[in-house]
Amino acid sequence: MDEKRGPNFSWLVKMAWRDSRRNRSRLFLFVSSIILGIAAMVAIYSLGDNMSEEVDRQAASLLGADLMIGSGKQVSPAIQKMVDSLGDRRSEQRMFPSMIYFSKTNKTRLVQVRALGGEFPYYGALETVPSSAGKTFRNGQAALVDQTMMLQYDAKVGDSIKIGNVSFVVAGTLINAPGQTGLSASVAPPVYIPLQYLEQTGLSQKGSRIVTQFFFKFDEPVNMEKLVDDIEPRLDIEGMSYETVETQKQNTARSLEDLTDFLSLVSFIALLLGCVGVASAIHIYVREKIKSVAILRCLGAKGRQAFLIYLIQIVVVGFIGSLAGAALGTIIQQFLPIAFKDFLPIKVTAEFSWSAIGQGLLLGIVISFLFALAPLVSIRKISPLNTLRLSFQRFSLFKDPVKWLVYLAIIGFIWAFCYLQIKEVQESIGFSIVIVIAFLILVGSAALLMWTVRRFFPNRWNYLWRQGLANLYRPNNQTTILIVAIGLGTAIICTLFSIRAILLNRIQLTAQGNRSNTILFDIQPQQKDSVIALAKQFNLPVEGTVPVVNMRLEKVNNITGEVLRKDSTIKMRRGLFDREYRVTFRDSLISSEKITKGRWSGKREGPSGTVFISLDENYATNNSIKIGDTLTFNVQGAVISTIVGSFRKVDWGRVQTNFLVLFPTGVLEEAPMFHVLVTRIESKDVSARLQQQMVQRFPNVTIIDLSAVLNIVSNIIDKVGFIIRFMAAFSIFTGLIVLIASVMISKYQRIQESVLLRTIGASRKQIFYITALEYFFLGALAAATGMFLSLGISFLVAKFMFETEFILKWVPLLIVFVSVCFLTVFIGLINSRAVVTRPPLEILREEV
Amino acid sequence: MATILNIQNLSKTYQSAGRTLTVLENINFSVEAGSTMAIVGPSGSGKTTLLGLAAGLDRSTTGSVELNNIKLDQLNEDQRASIRNQHVGFIFQSFQLLPTLTALENIMVPLELRGEKNIKPRAVDLLRKVGLGDRGHHYPAQLSGGEQQRVSMARAFINKPQILFTDEPTGNLDAETSRGIVELIFNLNKEAGTTLIMVTHDLELANQTGRIIKLKGGRIVSDETTANSN
Repeated sequence: MDEKRGPNFSWLVKMAWRDSRRNRSRLFLFVSSIILGIAAMVAIYSLGDNMSEEVDRQAASLLGADLMIGSGKQVSPAIQKMVDSLGDRRSEQRMFPSMIYFSKTNKTRLVQVRALGGEFPYYGALETVPSSAGKTFRNGQAALVDQTMMLQYDAKVGDSIKIGNVSFVVAGTLINAPGQTGLSASVAPPVYIPLQYLEQTGLSQKGSRIVTQFFFKFDEPVNMEKLVDDIEPRLDIEGMSYETVETQKQNTARSLEDLTDFLSLVSFIALLLGCVGVASAIHIYVREKIKSVAILRCLGAKGRQAFLIYLIQIVVVGFIGSLAGAALGTIIQQFLPIAFKDFLPIKVTAEFSWSAIGQGLLLGIVISFLFALAPLVSIRKISPLNTLRLSFQRFSLFKDPVKWLVYLAIIGFIWAFCYLQIKEVQESIGFSIVIVIAFLILVGSAALLMWTVRRFFPNRWNYLWRQGLANLYRPNNQTTILIVAIGLGTAIICTLFSIRAILLNRIQLTAQGNRSNTILFDIQPQQKDSVIALAKQFNLPVEGTVPVVNMRLEKVNNITGEVLRKDSTIKMRRGLFDREYRVTFRDSLISSEKITKGRWSGKREGPSGTVFISLDENYATNNSIKIGDTLTFNVQGAVISTIVGSFRKVDWGRVQTNFLVLFPTGVLEEAPMFHVLVTRIESKDVSARLQQQMVQRFPNVTIIDLSAVLNIVSNIIDKVGFIIRFMAAFSIFTGLIVLIASVMISKYQRIQESVLLRTIGASRKQIFYITALEYFFLGALAAATGMFLSLGISFLVAKFMFETEFILKWVPLLIVFVSVCFLTVFIGLINSRAVVTRPPLEILREEV
Repeated sequence: MATILNIQNLSKTYQSAGRTLTVLENINFSVEAGSTMAIVGPSGSGKTTLLGLAAGLDRSTTGSVELNNIKLDQLNEDQRASIRNQHVGFIFQSFQLLPTLTALENIMVPLELRGEKNIKPRAVDLLRKVGLGDRGHHYPAQLSGGEQQRVSMARAFINKPQILFTDEPTGNLDAETSRGIVELIFNLNKEAGTTLIMVTHDLELANQTGRIIKLKGGRIVSDETTANSN
């Protein structure tokens, strides 16, 4: 006999199969935790693939033309000449915010007016109802109005709206325009009017915030790359931008990739949660298998062989779980384009994605393998001596370096996965650290709970309470896994609620007390007195108006926009020279600002004196601008050289006329300007009437009503929140599955002692109470830990990200707390009902 | 006759709560191939620990165990597993059958671990010998205690071991079943010419072997041959 010959791989597979006979449903229960995580990943990957294909397919209709050139400032004659020479067909669009007045209902609304001339879009269409309206509105004094706004303002096709000085007939409802998303439409709903009426509206005066876009169609194929290379230097000088089909495709693909990467990371949390469930379940499974492994070792099996038998089981079951997850993900994927429609600039059709399914399967196998490996490596160390004395040994994490390697591999895997999504080393390290810290906090809370209960055990409590409490730390307890699983799910949901409350509170704060809540923009100098008079007719508090001058920054010391573009070592933000600056001048500071560095004089000393300006300190720091630097501005043709005299800290959260750049008096008084008026309107009725009269008499004046802004922000948060809730649902349901799996696994652990208690006389009611109390303690602590974790995260977000006050809304958190406790107890009792309702012997024979 | 087991200066200590606990101290004996022997003693005397060390299930603290001229203390756990598979058979008090394998599959495992083929007829034959020819497809949970111990015996003999270790083989069985099992062990042992080392509390059972080593407090207090000694 050949002594060196041993069992081959097929025997290991056979043994894995044999060993699984009595455990298959339980093994499947282990991996059921990862099904939802894999489903979420496959669904998101599929959506990503579908979107990428659609972007390729619809690239031209995203832009609507072969080339677009755009600018936020007046087009120079040189550029106009260049524009006239480009393309076979051309369209021009001018976009600006303005008030719209619905004649039928006497209501007003801030919209984005798009004055369109030409046949744009050349690819795709302006989707309208009726469908012909997208073309016919250009032929007369007609407009296309965003569909949501039509519904909100009870407007119908054929109604009349007024923009500036001109009334338009609503020719159609605008369903979609090239490159538009539901989200962008809800912030500033678009209204299309023919370009030829723009002048008559009176809204295109000098100084108005108009963005001009030119769209070009080339009938013959053109080398677009070469064309863009030719015109780019000229566009750069004029601060203009361009888009081609290719750049639009890249930009859209990149932003969609960002969306899917973000969603993948959220799904990944659900998957990780499931993996913790798998690891915990396998840990218990291995403990139950000590005897079988010891027998095999006793009969001559090597440690590696015993380990492989169980590894094969886990990988196969992990594969089956991943397969189920991939199938579920493919079903969920069908609904994602509907769920995310507000965020997508293209129509996405759900199509089967083999690569997404492949990635999901691979991820499922790798992750179930990695997370099962930590408890499985212990099998190598099970001594055959356990056949003689069970519980001969206890596993110690610290004694097995392989376990540490496995934990390192898990952290490495989390980082690698994050890196593949974010493509940023530091951010992915940060994300991994946050995940590890969150897990550690939850694991630490569980350990602390067990220690506290044991240390300060209430010996005088009623027996049932003591028994329920003691179950939290006794051997085979589920405290750690349940607190991690339920706590993490709760933390995600509570963080969502808290951040929503913080954001809304930040805006509501600005409208509280006697603070201003309405801003009137674009008041022309000749309208100033009349506007103030009108406001006073409504008894509104008005303390004059604030002048605003539009200008561009040409140089910081000797650095121009061109120099900045070419020299990547200069630490200034790209948009520094491209943006239009709205600047005011005054001789004193207002309550929302204070000088933090330098000196503010407020007045220019004589007509030829140095102009000392004051900058917002964050703006200056971000662009490496120091006190004493020279900033050269172009005020609509006139060049003004200034010196940075001081920095200010500005409270941007207050509704006041705050500015990045503040000029002293004696410089800009003769420059083209408009005025802004800030006031407070107490009632909605007064606000509506003022807006109506203002739009009728001063149609160029834009009114921002803070309550309307609040509605918009609330709407955006709801839409973003829906996506996060949708993704968080995977974590929550995974948490529930982990809970069910943990309870069912712990049932096998608990069953003997429950049956023993019943045998020695415990009533069903007493067992019921003990079980209910144990799960209540678990649910309550897990939910509380999750809530406190979320409060910590929300506090940090409020303080450092939004730089606002942290507020606590207890009601939604309490609802989450009560729901989580109830669900935990409910699931715990449902799964333990056999112990309560059936005769002890029957259960012992069947289960043990 | 050749020596199959040689134990010299064997001791075993454990660390428990910061203290050293000596379970076995200075054990010396050897066993001839084909002989039968019992290790007896009160609870906690170190019987099971001695069996574990002699069978290569554990490592001694000092001293040596030589099984079939192989020094077990110089081998790692996987090498000792291979030795157990090749030369040793076990019968335990609590049967130690794999609960997810049928009776027949349980019996075949030692030979499957060797990578041997066509083993089913041998397993079926042994199962018939222990009186369970028609129970091969049953799982341990479907068998009585006595039947499980018979399966365990068939498994112990399938690899034709040179030495058989039994740990209280009748400890979990009633008197009548015990008698049948003991008879079967001795018959199979005789037929196969295997060395038998039995740990037991039962002096009547111990007297059926050829030699009795008595342990107390981890030391050998007597080593006597019996009337059954050849």
